[in-house]
Amino acid sequence: MYEIISSVKRDYIIDLVKQGKRSDGRALDQLRDATIEMGVLKTANGSAKVKLGKTHVLVGVKLMHAEPFPDTPDSGVLIVNAELLPMASPTFEPGPPRVEAIEVARVVDRGIRESEAIDLDKLGIKSGEDVWSVFVDIDVLDHDGGLIDAAALAAIAALTNAKPPAEEDWKLPEFPLSKKPVAVTIAKIDDKLVVDPCLDEERVMEARLTITTIDDGSICAMQKGGAGHFTREELQQAYELASAKATEWRAKLG
Amino acid sequence: MDEPEKLIVDGKRLDGRAPEELRPLKIQAGVLERADGSAYVELGNNKVFAAVYGPREMHPRHDQESDKAVLRCRYSMAPFSVDDRKRPGPDRRSMEISKVTKDALEPVLFLELYPRSVIDVFIEVLQADAGTRTAGINAAAVALADAGVPMRDLVTSVAVGKVDDTIVLDLMKEEDQLGQTDMPIAIVPRKKVVTLLQMDGHFTKEEFRQAVDLAFVGCEKIYEAQRQALKEKYAIKEGE
Repeated sequence: MYEIISSVKRDYIIDLVKQGKRSDGRALDQLRDATIEMGVLKTANGSAKVKLGKTHVLVGVKLMHAEPFPDTPDSGVLIVNAELLPMASPTFEPGPPRVEAIEVARVVDRGIRESEAIDLDKLGIKSGEDVWSVFVDIDVLDHDGGLIDAAALAAIAALTNAKPPAEEDWKLPEFPLSKKPVAVTIAKIDDKLVVDPCLDEERVMEARLTITTIDDGSICAMQKGGAGHFTREELQQAYELASAKATEWRAKLG
Repeated sequence: MDEPEKLIVDGKRLDGRAPEELRPLKIQAGVLERADGSAYVELGNNKVFAAVYGPREMHPRHDQESDKAVLRCRYSMAPFSVDDRKRPGPDRRSMEISKVTKDALEPVLFLELYPRSVIDVFIEVLQADAGTRTAGINAAAVALADAGVPMRDLVTSVAVGKVDDTIVLDLMKEEDQLGQTDMPIAIVPRKKVVTLLQMDGHFTKEEFRQAVDLAFVGCEKIYEAQRQALKEKYAIKEGE
């Protein structure tokens, strides 16, 4: 998945950022408008479609019986998988998930797992034998940057929307979700921090930092990517931006 | 494993360390014969080799980049490196670590000097005890220098975290599994910038700041050991 960009366009984007502007007219600290549609699928226990500008991600949640891990015999299992579908970009190819897809899935997984958004301890059925497994499957349909953010938002939206399966083994009144982790990616372009980069901005950025925060503004997951670096001051600024901006997207989850 | 009730008792951690103390660290440069550069790192019970080949011709050729070399990192854990047997070959975790290792090392390299070529970094974990990716990065940086690859500086890495509500340096296995937060970080010591940052768990804004500061302090000692390892191999000794 090697993304290239013409030098004219590169210079244009960097020039704009120097002036505090962006190619799509946003301010440096402005998110793209997110539209979230929940419950779009009948075959999944929970589902959500998220459009982040032109980026388009669909997540389905399935609740299935599974064997627990030996070290947590009474806890449910969370499994997050992401598919960067070939339809989403000319640079995506069919085949087993590549490292980019794995990174999306693992960063989304960490946000949900480490915030303890799902109370997995409530998802046991029979100790050591049978528990509920929460499968969060992410389909990327259209790629215009910000895949981690869009996938994380769609995942938590689909979980918010998750209805218990119609099975007698399900004893809880509802799906045990208590927090709303939201990931916001900050890109560094020409030593400036830019919120929620689109694909063209991702192609020219030096580095990115994805920060997942929960409702009280504290951090539950982070991931740096790209061949550049951040100073300590930039890390603090990135945190301020990500935690403030996360509330805007979180408000759309209802 | 019996779970200890507390991970810090009277200001001491399970292995007797203070919160801001590193595990015993040993770094050796040039430990493998065939590789262009290599290093061996022991960090507590972690035992990690790194080898560098290149710059050399890139295969497959469609992965070449016309204006710079490609840095290719492969982090791998030996099947016997953990309590259970790890299935050999790449899994999702090791593929992600390979990627963030590449992102951590790339900022110090002059890749533009070697168009169409590749620099291969192979990291093999022989024994794991939390912090293998940081030990691997420390080893890889020394191996790159040992290979004579032009570098702006070394890259130095350590994990910080939160255990029993205390910010601690260089987590051991029990702290990684039972603690609250794990944050591996890599820095370029002379420029004081961060090239790897991952985190899972829970930090407030203030804890995050403290943890980054502690990581910078911890990295100073590791940086010294890395430089010492290179001097050990390359400095002209008395009588030579």
